[in-house]
Amino acid sequence: MPTADPSLRHYRREQGLMLALSLPALLVVLLLIVVPVGWLGWQSIYHDGFTFENYRRIFSEDIYWKTFLFTFEISLLVTGLALLLGYPLAYAAHAASKGWSIVILALVVLPFWTSVLVRAYAWLVLLQRTGVINQLLQSLGIISEPLALVHNMFGTVVATVHILLPFMVLPLYAAMQKIPADLMQAGASLGASPSHAFRRIFLPLSLPGVLAGSTLVFVLCLGFYITPELLGGGRAIMVSMLVSRNVELYNQWGAASAVGVVLLLSVGIIFFVVSRFIRLDRVLGVQ
Amino acid sequence: MAIVQNSPHLGRMLFGAGVATLLATFAPISAAGAADQVTFVSQGGAYQKAQTVAILDPAAKKLGITVNQDSAPDAWPVIKTQAASGKPTWDVVDTPTGYCLRGGEQGLIEKLDFSKLPNAAAMPAAYRNDYSVAYEFYSSVLAYSTKTFAAGAAPDSWADFWDVKKFPGRRALRNHPIATLEAALMADGVAPDKLYPLDVDRAFKKLDEIKPHITVWWTSGAQSAQLLNDGEVDMEMAWNGRVSAVANEGAKVGFTYNQGILQSTSLCILKGAPNMATAVRFLDEAVDPVLQANLPLHIDYGPANPKAFDTGVIKPERAAQLPSSPDNVKKQALMSYAWWSSPEGEAAEKRWAAFMQK
Repeated sequence: MPTADPSLRHYRREQGLMLALSLPALLVVLLLIVVPVGWLGWQSIYHDGFTFENYRRIFSEDIYWKTFLFTFEISLLVTGLALLLGYPLAYAAHAASKGWSIVILALVVLPFWTSVLVRAYAWLVLLQRTGVINQLLQSLGIISEPLALVHNMFGTVVATVHILLPFMVLPLYAAMQKIPADLMQAGASLGASPSHAFRRIFLPLSLPGVLAGSTLVFVLCLGFYITPELLGGGRAIMVSMLVSRNVELYNQWGAASAVGVVLLLSVGIIFFVVSRFIRLDRVLGVQ
Repeated sequence: MAIVQNSPHLGRMLFGAGVATLLATFAPISAAGAADQVTFVSQGGAYQKAQTVAILDPAAKKLGITVNQDSAPDAWPVIKTQAASGKPTWDVVDTPTGYCLRGGEQGLIEKLDFSKLPNAAAMPAAYRNDYSVAYEFYSSVLAYSTKTFAAGAAPDSWADFWDVKKFPGRRALRNHPIATLEAALMADGVAPDKLYPLDVDRAFKKLDEIKPHITVWWTSGAQSAQLLNDGEVDMEMAWNGRVSAVANEGAKVGFTYNQGILQSTSLCILKGAPNMATAVRFLDEAVDPVLQANLPLHIDYGPANPKAFDTGVIKPERAAQLPSSPDNVKKQALMSYAWWSSPEGEAAEKRWAAFMQK
């Protein structure tokens, strides 16, 4: 390799500079994420000697696979609902005038400024037996007995979809903004009806956004804890609850770490599969 | 063991504890060089404040020592870490009794010499063990809405709670086996003083019966209070302090001590505690009848030393409200932490999640 090439040397110097500049951030990531996660993994296999007991338990006791299955099911459901609600919302923000689009996006992002805990309680106020919705329906004479809207799967899913909706809408909106407007006009000029043009042009071009949003929502939902705990009435058992339960039951971190490691690996596999279809840097918002 | 969730005091201290811990971190430094001192750890919040006035300050004054306070909502991991380091900084810890027992078994907690603990030695044997002495009592009681149930027509036993025909209404139980299995067995006719060792199969079978009628399985004390307060449920198992707090705010709720499950936190001393001799003196003073009698003047928990009720400090009408007063103790079942810490107890606890998922 000829090192005398001045442009190459320049390139290398620039690379070195970049590395130096990002070093503090890399160190932070290393110290706060890589080291603890590594420690977590280590604890799950080492407790007074190497042991696979924690993993044997996960793969032999019913409660674990049932909970994992349930968590994946509910995450899929939430992702589907978020997409169903989020796509029209993102489309509205995309198609509306600039002023309206800002209003729509602001409304989507606004709940971000409230803690998840507060939002869960807000849903409790709305959904419970003596809550706003039941009282309204009863005073209108639509129902005679309060509906069971919370302390069950329904309430959990409603609140989770609400909390995760921005993670669906924002990537969708970003993907839609990148679709050149003249493509739809070109379609129309060639005789496509608006719905035909939407199906053949807009929808396929917005798919990266769909995939990005869905991945984010799905993965975030897998780790949900407070919302199902508060609104599930004890029936919605998620993987995150197994983690806390195992700390209590086994009095050592390893039993809980192992559950975390299995969840982390499942998420890793999902990312890997998705990355076969879409570039991950777009999901993560890096250009 | 479910010690994390086994505390009724946990919910109200989340904020206070952080601050208290922060302050307490510096306390030992400022107190260094003072005469005898001891580091005492409780669960923070209103509960620790009440103790400070009722027990900790008077004990410090009487013994001429400095009591440095720390607080931890969940002391167990800290106890483990401190004991493992071999140089603990805590001396005396107030924590759910199950932790003290388990800590003792694992060699993290000092074995007590009751000849040096006259106050503790005079307490009933069931209120102490080799490693700890009961410090205060609370109870898992049957609470109900007085809006739904008129006076005299309210459920008064776990059998009533299980009787969905005679007492229709929405119900909640704690999402946890501790105290819940006891309630199920009493509902099935087991006498409160004949519960242990628990017949776990029988308890789960009885729970299967009531499961379809349970609207909410609550996980935190705050949640149980909210359910009652908002009328989400008509009856539930809840901690007495939570129910009386809701009642004091004007909600139409009541509860019975009949068949309540009497639970305690206990005082224990860390193995290798830095101020061992003072810790022993302090521990005994903390269960002194008079100081113990002060506690219910400041918070809705019962003294652990029954002699507190003979001091005259607690008026009869106040005693009637407390879980550990002699009359109320007779109506209740005393929880056996020894059983829950045993292999059978641990196995029962592991069964819970499978029961919930069924």
